[in-house]
Amino acid sequence: MSGARASWPPNWTPWLLALPGTALFAALVLLPLALTFALSFHVYDPATGVQDQVTLAHYIAVVTDDYFLTIFWRTLRLAALTTLICAVIGAPEAYILSRMRQPWRAIFLLAIIGPLLVSVVVRTFGWSMLLGPAGLINDAFRFFGIGTVRLLYTETAIVIGLVHVMLPFMVIPVWTSLQKLDPMVEAAAWTLGASRFTALRRVVMPQVTMGLLSGSLVVFGLSASAFAMPALLGGRRLKVAATVVYDQYMNELNWPLGAAIAIIVLVVNLIIMLAYHRAVETRARRTLG
Amino acid sequence: MSAMQSNGPVAVVFHTLVVVFMLAPLVVICLVAFTPANTLTLPTTQLSLRWFAAVFDHPDFVASFVNSLWVAAISATIAVALAVSAGLALDRYEFYGRGALNALFLSPLMIPHLVLGVALLRMFALIGATGSFVWLSLGHIVVVTPYVLRLVLSAFSGLDRSVEQAAVTLGASRWTVFRRITVPMILPGITGGWLLAFINSFDELTMSIFVTSPATVTLPVRMYMYATESIDPMMAAVSALMIALTAAAMLLLDRIFGLDKILVGEG
Repeated sequence: MSGARASWPPNWTPWLLALPGTALFAALVLLPLALTFALSFHVYDPATGVQDQVTLAHYIAVVTDDYFLTIFWRTLRLAALTTLICAVIGAPEAYILSRMRQPWRAIFLLAIIGPLLVSVVVRTFGWSMLLGPAGLINDAFRFFGIGTVRLLYTETAIVIGLVHVMLPFMVIPVWTSLQKLDPMVEAAAWTLGASRFTALRRVVMPQVTMGLLSGSLVVFGLSASAFAMPALLGGRRLKVAATVVYDQYMNELNWPLGAAIAIIVLVVNLIIMLAYHRAVETRARRTLG
Repeated sequence: MSAMQSNGPVAVVFHTLVVVFMLAPLVVICLVAFTPANTLTLPTTQLSLRWFAAVFDHPDFVASFVNSLWVAAISATIAVALAVSAGLALDRYEFYGRGALNALFLSPLMIPHLVLGVALLRMFALIGATGSFVWLSLGHIVVVTPYVLRLVLSAFSGLDRSVEQAAVTLGASRWTVFRRITVPMILPGITGGWLLAFINSFDELTMSIFVTSPATVTLPVRMYMYATESIDPMMAAVSALMIALTAAAMLLLDRIFGLDKILVGEG
């Protein structure tokens, strides 16, 4: 039973055990992705649909057409802004959480991470109620004499919604890296005469950097491919990459063009995820070494 | 933990604002759901259940809710079976391609659901399977299996193998050992994984929106379509029901596996 070693003759048991899952994932992940990749090179004719000829036209259209470039630029800008805000809010919050006593720590960790499990449609709907012209935030603005501010269907609304969805993904890795920091080390720095700021900068920050980096990569990747928040809080006019893919598939019916944009979104995401794994591995090696 | 300094007043204010920010949309939904008015307003004088009643006057919402429950239950169950079986292979054996298999099973966590959705739509269209309940469920299985697998693998790694070896020494067959020793010992991982898979499937929007048909529309997709056209307090009532269901599942998860362990996991 100890057999954790590749041996000859090969042991078929693991393959048999993994076979059902492997077959399903090959059929429903690898094959559809390959088909979509192939689809993105097919000619599309509005009258007759997808043709057999191969073309690069969709990729060329996507990287030269101002309409798409504006949308890609907006997608990246909103994702970057979301990442920055999440880092600025999430890292201090994780630090504050880690300094709390039980049971408050567990309760507030749940309050901040729990919304992760609530459907994104529900959360989007909550924000559209808060941000709308008759919503609570505008009520407050009017109360303070600021007047009604247009929030819903703006980029601001999209960023607020995205930050709400992404914040747990930033708090979690920073929290995890803080768990590995012995609070005594920070206290020792104070005893040795370091100011609180110096202790934060020289003791806590180096520990948090990796968590912050991996959190940022995850938040950026998820924000750049988010669908529901931009679709419902950005309205019909403010498109991002994900909503354009939806339009091409469901409204314009130009599947090959939609496939090309989807492949670009996928490649960008995979590059980010590879960077993430590289970051995590480096951290692991440093802790071991 | 006397060395742990308590948070200063600035930190407490900051923390309060973050918690308010995270909970505000959910709290507002739950309050508005009880409004007696026809518009999305907070109930001021009295509470009313009329919008909860209104949900049940919409047969399409009820049908979608039932669809979602079925899809979530079926996909969570099959995902557990696949994950336990694959988890055994990944945990107990060293074989050629093990790393690749692991990456394959976890890949849905790295592929945006949008991309999975359009990819499945293309394949379902080619084989003429669009709008089928079975294929929708298969799509959900793929999406939720990684979550189960991670919990199952962590349950396997925390398992004391000597108990299994003792059973083998005492003459138990491999199947008996698996059934009577291994499964009971990883049961928290299995039930926690099932619940997590159920919640994730029940909430899934972005992939489902591409592969549902009018007959198989799940609740989040129905809500999304409804929200793009009109917004009335009934949406708040449906959302409040979903929040309640999620909260119940969350409490259960916490009891079984420890929510912090599942969500924070291996960072």
